[in-house]
Amino acid sequence: MKTHYKKFAVMACTLLMLGFGLLYSTRKTLNVSAAATGGITGTIKLDGTPPHQKPIDMSKEPNCAKEHASSPVTTETVIVGPKGGLKWVVVYISEGLDAATASQVPPVKPTWDQKGCQYIPHVMALDVNQHFEVSNSDPHSHNIHPLPKPNGANHEWNRSQPPGTPPFDQVWAGEEIAIPVKCNIHPWMHGYMAVVKGPTAVTDENGSYTISNLPPGNYTVTTWQEQYGSQSQKVTVAAGKPATADFTYKAK
Amino acid sequence: MNCLKPIRFTGAILFTAILGVVFAAAFPATASAQDVPDLGPKPHVVIKPMESHIGNVTGHAAAAKSDYRRYCAGCHGDYGDSNGENAVWLDPKPRDFTIATFKCRSTPTGTLPTDEDIFNTIARGLTNSNMPVWSTFTKQQRADLVAYIKIFSPRWEKEKSGEPIKIPAEPPVTMESISHGKALFTKLECWKCHGPHGEGDGPSAATLTDSKDNPIRPYNFAAGKGDSRFKCGNTNQDVYKIFMTGLDGTPMPSFADVIQPNDAWDLVHFLRTLQVDRHSKENEVLSAAHGVIPPYVDRNPPPAAAPPADNKPPGGAN
Repeated sequence: MKTHYKKFAVMACTLLMLGFGLLYSTRKTLNVSAAATGGITGTIKLDGTPPHQKPIDMSKEPNCAKEHASSPVTTETVIVGPKGGLKWVVVYISEGLDAATASQVPPVKPTWDQKGCQYIPHVMALDVNQHFEVSNSDPHSHNIHPLPKPNGANHEWNRSQPPGTPPFDQVWAGEEIAIPVKCNIHPWMHGYMAVVKGPTAVTDENGSYTISNLPPGNYTVTTWQEQYGSQSQKVTVAAGKPATADFTYKAK
Repeated sequence: MNCLKPIRFTGAILFTAILGVVFAAAFPATASAQDVPDLGPKPHVVIKPMESHIGNVTGHAAAAKSDYRRYCAGCHGDYGDSNGENAVWLDPKPRDFTIATFKCRSTPTGTLPTDEDIFNTIARGLTNSNMPVWSTFTKQQRADLVAYIKIFSPRWEKEKSGEPIKIPAEPPVTMESISHGKALFTKLECWKCHGPHGEGDGPSAATLTDSKDNPIRPYNFAAGKGDSRFKCGNTNQDVYKIFMTGLDGTPMPSFADVIQPNDAWDLVHFLRTLQVDRHSKENEVLSAAHGVIPPYVDRNPPPAAAPPADNKPPGGAN
């Protein structure tokens, strides 16, 4: 009797341990896959008639005037796509990020190009300490002059970039939404760099965005548009599938 | 006689009353005092224990309190925010010490100047502005004022001054150097703002604004007759510094990324010839050549598509 009891106890213990081990390992793998696939997608729309975008007279820079002769360039303060989607809106997570996700800097190095006397892109979202490159594709000089708010972590600088010079590397030290960038030689050139911790996105011409690499959890998603400012929404990201967060701005 | 007195008295009252009504109608805003929010007493200026080090002289902020109030606050303001009572009448505006952005630096764009940079600016004054020469102050007084300026921005507590740029020895002034400088002036498009003859009338000159959106003029090299001066100093080294560090807070960018040190000296030599009435070695060389700068011919063209060694971005692209 006694030996039988002992055998049973040992077997039960092993089975239990195996069972727990199995459970634990499946949980872990589930978590990992969720972290890789979780995210937020959405569309940002403009309700109403978008404000008139003024055509830009580039006659002072003949190269650029010639480049845009067939399709004149306008200001880019409110750009609306064919389906009412709002372009150049920055989307970021303002609350709910865990420390690990917030401190992760994307390994990509985006380019801030000066082409046809315009900034490509017009709005760029960056992580704190994420390196980016400033390049000049034009056959003439530009000066790149970002104007962060005084006394913050970021400081104003102003560099000349004549044609044919190699791109230079830059980085921002602190969060700031958003740093205006201008070129003093071509006063119509305006752009913004939004510097935020954690994953970000900028809407395309359909007003769509996708924020990926987000672990499941409760977040506050915040948008920023240069003319209309910010909006926020609470979103729950579940394991395995992207959550949706749409926004609508009222035209003014 | 006796009955006239009361009449005169009421007449005076009537006149004052009418005057009062007329004034009240003419200046309705001044009549309603409740429109002005009560801000309470003016905030006290906290004099942080900031220091400056100029050679063997150490400046202390606390020691400059009365000098600052007497000589500086009228324009730069009690709080260093460039809102002194004279500021509205000035163009260009006084420096705003609360943002800690300075034009005249020996340090790269985006960094704080050295103590010596500010010390020299106080002594030199800023030509084409209302900032006078303060060379009458003792060294100690100026050093104390440099320290005092630092109390207005937290940047001075969080950051160190930038590393001053290295300036190699000046090569001799030759026509070849001037001619190369002229080629650079064209290639780097200095003329876009400063104009083809450096007279401050380039195609972009009219639209320039400083970082506070106030209109600003590019420097006119030809002005000032024989006494033309630069804002940030009058030696050739000072001119070198101006375009290699940029004048932060203004449209003048830094060219440190795009000009090699020796090329920079060539540009300095050419810029001196734009100061047409000024006596200089450069103008002597130019007049010996009957005022003609020959077109530049590159004797040692660099290998194609190879960017200068110190000009490569850290990322290693291109």
